[in-house]
Amino acid sequence: MTAGYSTMLDTLTRLRGIRGAMVVSIEDGLVVAESLMAGLKGSALAALSATLASRVSEMAGAAGFGVPRFLHLQSSEGALLVASANSELLLVAVAGRDVPLGLLRLEMLRMSERLT
Amino acid sequence: MTEDIRALSAQYAADPSSLVFLRLGEALRQRRQLDAALKIAVQGLTRYPHLPEAHDLYARILTDKHDYANAFDEWDTVLRLAPEHLGAHKGIGFLYYRAGEPEHALYHLRLAAQLDPDDAGLHAAVERVAGGEEIWEAPMPEGPPEHQEEARAVTVAAGDPFAGLEGAGERLLLVDHDGFRLGGALVSVEGRDVSESCSAVLAGTAREADRAVRMLELGEWGHLTIETAGVSLCLLRPTPDTTLLSTMDAGLPAGQLSFFAERAAKAARTWLERVR
Repeated sequence: MTAGYSTMLDTLTRLRGIRGAMVVSIEDGLVVAESLMAGLKGSALAALSATLASRVSEMAGAAGFGVPRFLHLQSSEGALLVASANSELLLVAVAGRDVPLGLLRLEMLRMSERLT
Repeated sequence: MTEDIRALSAQYAADPSSLVFLRLGEALRQRRQLDAALKIAVQGLTRYPHLPEAHDLYARILTDKHDYANAFDEWDTVLRLAPEHLGAHKGIGFLYYRAGEPEHALYHLRLAAQLDPDDAGLHAAVERVAGGEEIWEAPMPEGPPEHQEEARAVTVAAGDPFAGLEGAGERLLLVDHDGFRLGGALVSVEGRDVSESCSAVLAGTAREADRAVRMLELGEWGHLTIETAGVSLCLLRPTPDTTLLSTMDAGLPAGQLSFFAERAAKAARTWLERVR
């Protein structure tokens, strides 16, 4: 199972400008599988992504907008992207600046559908 | 006394969902292993986002790392969850004092002293900030919350910040740092007004975005976009202390949502400058 995730994550991190990607458990914010460049702290990234996704779900639920399937947090030094295809796992990626995010988004949405 | 980090780490590893992270994080903080303490605190907050003690721990670590602005936010969160939290009143009192606002510092430190009348050090701190023992005879000073309420009342009385804009009254919502609605409104897909229920969580979501980019060293965040099956949402901060939520039907180009949100943010900034 984890080997399958690794292949998926390696495909993502081969895209230009991607600093890392991981599969995260929503419930406890722990790393399920990761492929990260040096300097990215996997456990922190997993915890922060899960918390952010949880907050966003809470907000979307309060507004009656349904379940979020993709988040994109854009910042001055890069972007945090989170795709959710089921209630248990998140696919997370960190991109540097000047990354073609449209392509990355499509890849992540496609891959997240295979998360089980 | 500092607890045994090795033993606490073993307990935490054996049961990551237990509350032992509070003791482990504090022990690491006391040993000045601040990055490790921060990691434990964040993991704990992930599991217990509504636990005041978890936010208190995080705030103490941030203070030790000299990140005072975010420490203040965390203690502010604690006080919204538990208005009589001793540690949060002491922490915010310290931060106000450090920021050169002794009146606000006294407000929180005196509340803390009321909560823990046996803390001699705290009493001494109150007297030091106040300049003498006669402080105990003086009435409680006004606290920052009252000032905030006045400012909010003025802001809310100033009308709709998005009047005349597309989506005003149903797709644009502006809140302050505490999740208080300043202007605009949000209507759900079913046509229900969800402004109030969404406001508090909106501010919390923006704080979570702050925390994520800070800890991942991604600089300042510009916007957070969210896709659901039927709606696209965009959060941004028109000013450092406000959050704006814009929504559009899903399927429209992302650029259109950004344009819509930026235009609303500009209107919000203009409005805030006028009313403040």
